[in-house]
Amino acid sequence: MSVRRVMGVEVEYGISVQGQPLANPMVASSQVVNAYASATVRARRARWDFEEESPLRDARGFEMSRQAADPAQLTDEDMGLANVILTNGARLYVDHAHPEYSTPEVTSPLDIVKWDKAGEQVMLDAQRRASQLPGGSPIALYKNNTDNKGASYGTHENYLMRRSTPFADIVRHLTPFFVSRQVIVGSGRVGIGQDGREHGFQVSQRADYFEVEVGLETTLKRPIINTRDEPHADPEKYRRLHVIIGDANLSEVSTYLKVGTTALVLSMIEDRFITRELSIDGPVSALRAVSHDPTLRQLITLADGRTLTGIQLQLEYLDLARKFVEDRYGNNADAQTVDVLARWESVLDRLERDPMLCARELDWVAKLKLLEQYRQRDGLEWSDAKLQLIDYQYSDIRPEKGLYHRLLGMGRMERLLDDASITAAMHDPPEDTRAYFRGRCLEKYAENVAAASWDSVIFDLPGRESLQRVPTIDPLRGSRAHVGELLDRSETAEALFSALTRSR
Amino acid sequence: MAQEQKQPRKSSETEEATEVATESDVAERKEALDDDIDAILDEIDDVLESNAEDFVKSFIQKGGQ
Repeated sequence: MSVRRVMGVEVEYGISVQGQPLANPMVASSQVVNAYASATVRARRARWDFEEESPLRDARGFEMSRQAADPAQLTDEDMGLANVILTNGARLYVDHAHPEYSTPEVTSPLDIVKWDKAGEQVMLDAQRRASQLPGGSPIALYKNNTDNKGASYGTHENYLMRRSTPFADIVRHLTPFFVSRQVIVGSGRVGIGQDGREHGFQVSQRADYFEVEVGLETTLKRPIINTRDEPHADPEKYRRLHVIIGDANLSEVSTYLKVGTTALVLSMIEDRFITRELSIDGPVSALRAVSHDPTLRQLITLADGRTLTGIQLQLEYLDLARKFVEDRYGNNADAQTVDVLARWESVLDRLERDPMLCARELDWVAKLKLLEQYRQRDGLEWSDAKLQLIDYQYSDIRPEKGLYHRLLGMGRMERLLDDASITAAMHDPPEDTRAYFRGRCLEKYAENVAAASWDSVIFDLPGRESLQRVPTIDPLRGSRAHVGELLDRSETAEALFSALTRSR
Repeated sequence: MAQEQKQPRKSSETEEATEVATESDVAERKEALDDDIDAILDEIDDVLESNAEDFVKSFIQKGGQ
């Protein structure tokens, strides 16, 4: 009923080996992940436990056969690619041909920002270490979603939802929200069309790569609403909504609003609060049309014939969310919910007047402002390679090279967190989810953890024949409040395990 | 381009003092803004990859999720 819920984000980073455009990206990605693992993970390296993975289960109630699936969909097979679980509860691994960081489970938008930014720092550290390997070449990582030549890679959000909410309600009420939220949370892109064949600027990195309204795929025929049904929690009670339509954001405010506003809309859907009909006539083409108009005047035609801009559609959701929070909490809503609502209203108001008023907060506006300044100073056409370069380099995660980071360094981007809290989150887990148990176990008993995943920690204990699996099926158990004291006083993994099994 | 706009032009000697003040205020703000943008672009110039065409050509990624 607020912005708070169990959630996480996953980011696939663009990768290039400098001076070697033909270098194998899987090898380079493995070098990045392994360099970080070798330098930071003590003792044995825990495997990923694939037991609870089911990437072919569809939220609409059926399962795709393994034979019918594209090999890229079989994400539950251990391909021998680099894969490491960090003490902050996150997963760092190679997915397809990109290094990927999945945040630990958190419960608020600000914590998403914190552990996502910590992931950027992990990647930065990893890339520096990989570049220093004997015979290694400098590797650069980009927090973006396309090469503007036809390839796209994802930034996914995950939200734990009640199983009792009909999936059709999610599709109906979330689709118009996703088509329009890009006016706030897009990261901006130079190039129109999947392979960038047209010159120009658009609001979103990802819009041109979405081809269907609903579906299970994530690498081809990408759907606005993804139906992967792999809850990593009790499937009777929960589903995990796997959102594949967002852009990778550098701006802290963009990430915060992306997750905060989406969490609010999901609460309204669960509580059946949305009674307005906002369905769009042709959402896939509307998604692209909205992205292709940075003046934000593009009209979207609703199924009932009304026409609204992306901003106006967002204002409909904002209005509903304000009423919803007022109805449920009166004046007693939590601080982050109040803050998300205020910021949501403020950016929509300014985007309506002049998008440039949001240049300190939103990625696409910050990027466009910089591009327009270059166009003006140097008289550049949109076809100029320099503008394309600025688009890529905005997302370079190195503070000395990345243009987002240069703007940040010049005090041109608003921040929500300080460096110290982000650095701490590279190592420390969130305290209010099962990520706390996972992270602390890896930190304290690394030599006895054989494997782990979102839903388990598997111990290899001296004197015991078989591995001992501790399920962590409830995302809100295993928090500091539940097991902090137990972890503090258990000197060994054996002591911890004995105490856990005794108390059951 | 920016240079042209830096000098406030007075259309006549008979302008009201307040108007002159307002006009030069605007000009000063505009000048400060131009200097500010120049400073940003100068710093960005320093870190941009040197050969944009080569860089763009070689930025090739494999598709992901």
